[in-house]
Amino acid sequence: MQCEGIQVNGLLQKYAQIVGEEVVDHLRQLAEPLRGLKVVHVNSTREGGGVAEILSWLVPLKNELGIHTEWEVVTGSQEFYQCTKGFHNALQGNRVEIPGSLLRAYEGANEENADRLRSSLEEADVVFIHDPQPAPLLRLCSGRRGKWIWRCHIDLSRPYRPVWKYLRGFVEGYDASVWSLAQFAQPLPHPLYLIAPSIDPLSEKNRELTPDEVLGVAVRFGLDPKRTAITQISRFDRFKDPVGVIRAYRLCKEYTPLQLVLAGGGATDDPEGEQVLREVRTAAGDDPHIHVLLLPADSHREINALQRFSQIVVQKSTREGFGLTVTEAMWKGKPVIGGDVGGIRLQVVNHHTGFLVNSPEGAALRIRYLLKHREHMLEMGRKARQFVRNNFLLTRHLREYLTLVHAIRHEERERIELNGLQSGL
Amino acid sequence: MADPFAVKDCALIAIATGEHAQNLREMRDHLLTVHPGCIYHHFWGGMLQPRFDEPEYMNDFAAWAWRGLHDPGLAERLALIDPTHYRDLEELRRELLEVIEERLDETEMVPWSRTGQAFHFIRSRIVVFDTRIRISHPRELRDRIGQLPLGSVFYHFVDARRRAPIGKNDFSAWLMSLDGDWSELAEILGNVDPYFTTLAELRREFEEVLKAYAV
Repeated sequence: MQCEGIQVNGLLQKYAQIVGEEVVDHLRQLAEPLRGLKVVHVNSTREGGGVAEILSWLVPLKNELGIHTEWEVVTGSQEFYQCTKGFHNALQGNRVEIPGSLLRAYEGANEENADRLRSSLEEADVVFIHDPQPAPLLRLCSGRRGKWIWRCHIDLSRPYRPVWKYLRGFVEGYDASVWSLAQFAQPLPHPLYLIAPSIDPLSEKNRELTPDEVLGVAVRFGLDPKRTAITQISRFDRFKDPVGVIRAYRLCKEYTPLQLVLAGGGATDDPEGEQVLREVRTAAGDDPHIHVLLLPADSHREINALQRFSQIVVQKSTREGFGLTVTEAMWKGKPVIGGDVGGIRLQVVNHHTGFLVNSPEGAALRIRYLLKHREHMLEMGRKARQFVRNNFLLTRHLREYLTLVHAIRHEERERIELNGLQSGL
Repeated sequence: MADPFAVKDCALIAIATGEHAQNLREMRDHLLTVHPGCIYHHFWGGMLQPRFDEPEYMNDFAAWAWRGLHDPGLAERLALIDPTHYRDLEELRRELLEVIEERLDETEMVPWSRTGQAFHFIRSRIVVFDTRIRISHPRELRDRIGQLPLGSVFYHFVDARRRAPIGKNDFSAWLMSLDGDWSELAEILGNVDPYFTTLAELRREFEEVLKAYAV
């Protein structure tokens, strides 16, 4: 057997210890013909939210594979963020009327960002624009020479039509779009690729913690180490139904001593969070066993510890993109009781890795079931971790991004044979 | 002397076609016209895509009949369709249509799925690359097959059925080209059933066949 050596690098090697050498070799081979390409990712926040988390590992790994990858962030006024939050809610189905003044702020902010980023974006071989916030940049970079891809992380299955009609004008000119699930996609006049998100097992939010570290965080937040803990980690957002989780907890607590943790960070692009947080605190009242924690955006280790401290993790969303908090909890060996929506369905396999529910009552029923059948709860947790290892770690995600870049650069072919194909630089 | 076996690897990227079926009649209508790549993806693509290791049904049509339509009888019939029994995707498409039309004939109401449970037709593109691994003797194949990437197993064993002239796997085709009589081993490998299994199990089965044959 002959096999030419391939350069071994540090960061990828760390992942090889978790996913296996074979998986990392596969990435190196897939990336080899793309060495030297210039790729730029653009989103609207450097921290907070799933997109920033994905980019924080995707960018260095692509660079390690020899693809020159940059990450740019668009910025704007408060009106810009108000507008894009309105988009976010409307695209997930809420009837949100967005005033013309906010739309002008949105377009104006993109013009200012385009002035700042134009030279970098126009010379890139591949540009990934994440979500609606920077979508108009395509039109504003008329000298672009590469392929432009719109990466939509939002569930667009039932958007509020007037808002989608407005945004569609900005995104239909892209060479392709990428969606987390087929059912999230809207028809557009270009190929609609599918890539499910993933988590980074070595990140502060997912790395292994010692029992002392976990306990230390729990005690710091006033949790009782002897009481069963149920946790939902999410932004304070109505689509995550935190008030419904409180109701589920109240339906269970008379049967077993429980404590509920509702913890989430704020994101710089989410001005509505404070209002929802007030509603949650009102619903929690003076129950000393409900812990509502507003965490700074960099509380990754705390979130990690809270998930590990809990016996059951809940993600009772009524609308959800992919639901990375579900993936995180499963990676920590926790069964997840999740809303029967969006990407949660792809991860929570009923009776195997958790339960899918449609109401606070359904969540309460499953919490009670798991607490009564502790062995089954542990077995589900083991299956959940294995399921994430096989399917939802960043190495799979990176492989699909690399495959996508090959596909977009050879779009006329159904089958792409890389032998002899070079990056084309 | 035949060329060494060039081990290739592959990766799939899925593409939403935008077509979806909310009920069984719509499924039938779409199946008449969808890209053949969709039939392929929904039978075989799952082997390289995220999925749970204990799927109740091996193809996406059967899984939808169960989870989306709540029609266990139809799910069982669809699950029993073994794609390796059909010469090409068009023949497989006809069999799918046959089963679905039979179900439509025997029910008074068209089975339907709730909003959010529609079947979405997906196809995939395949990117193939050379691992630079070369195998020059069946003995090496026996020793190395356990470590071959799962993408290589998919490419040389599953995908090969779409492109090899004899519709068999690449390993068997290579064995037939070697000096010496390897036709029996080629036939045994050719008879390994790639359906109702995972790629890791398939690789293990291959390894066992090669070891048992005492290459």
